[in-house]
Amino acid sequence: MILHTLFFYLFSVVTIASALMVISSRNPVHSVLFLILAFFNAAGLFLLLGAEFLAMILVVVYVGAVAVLFLFVVMMLDVDFVELRQGFLQYLPVGGLIGVVLLAELLIVLGGWAFAPTVGSAPVAPIPAISEMTNTAAIGQLLYTRYIFFFQAAGFVLLVAMIGAIVLTLRHKPGVKRQNIAAQVARRATVEIRHVEPGQGL
Amino acid sequence: MEDLLRDYLPIVVFIGIGAVIAIALMASSFLIAYRNPDPEKLSAYECGFNAFDDARMKFDVRFYLVAILFIIFDLEVAFLFPWAITFGDLGWYGFWSMMLFLGVLTVGFIYEWKKGALEWD
Repeated sequence: MILHTLFFYLFSVVTIASALMVISSRNPVHSVLFLILAFFNAAGLFLLLGAEFLAMILVVVYVGAVAVLFLFVVMMLDVDFVELRQGFLQYLPVGGLIGVVLLAELLIVLGGWAFAPTVGSAPVAPIPAISEMTNTAAIGQLLYTRYIFFFQAAGFVLLVAMIGAIVLTLRHKPGVKRQNIAAQVARRATVEIRHVEPGQGL
Repeated sequence: MEDLLRDYLPIVVFIGIGAVIAIALMASSFLIAYRNPDPEKLSAYECGFNAFDDARMKFDVRFYLVAILFIIFDLEVAFLFPWAITFGDLGWYGFWSMMLFLGVLTVGFIYEWKKGALEWD
């Protein structure tokens, strides 16, 4: 149990420290790498909670895909790092506002416990003990039947993301010749042999 | 709970050994290696010409499209895992729920195939 606490503090400290480095490091590529470190440690925190599936998904999806996407974006933008710093004060009010809203929401969530301490004691779908059922199975029991509308909504969100990405970024170069396999296979013999007299063309 | 975390002990050991080896290699080369710097040795090129411009170049936007499409199908597969584990308990309702989800994403897949988003040029 002491080891459990020790790892909790290790993961928490590294998560917070790397999150601070994400917003304070000068090079955006370093920011993304610190973001990856933060994701890994958040996955460690999930594991300590017993949420194995979420931990693995965090590693696979966020580290494996989202962080790589961020790296692409950072590299694609071709940002001038000095120029990027200059807008800092200009965007400070908007960023500060978002921070204050987030802080207020967190305070409301935590304050809810102070007003109604029993609010968390009667969940609609309590997590079964880990000896009965793994975390992944517990998610599967609920997600596809009880929460079917959220599940299908997730499907539609993914569809919209797919179509949106294609509509926004797909540009075909004109005049590129592609292989058309159907036309190639459907082609009949068009080569024939003809007898040509010497000195005359076809 | 303790059993669950005990399963992850090999990973902790693995990360620990990896960190020790990495730090030992870097520290030993820092401490032991012979160093005698000189401006020419520290310059980017010991021979040839200086770099023309920044090595950081713009990436093609098509990489971004490929990455987005990868994430979407990555998430689709992630949704399949809990479903596969509880497949026996879910019954037909759960089965058709997943089929509808896969169908919606297949519509998107056909769209991107027909649009030629999977081709590079």
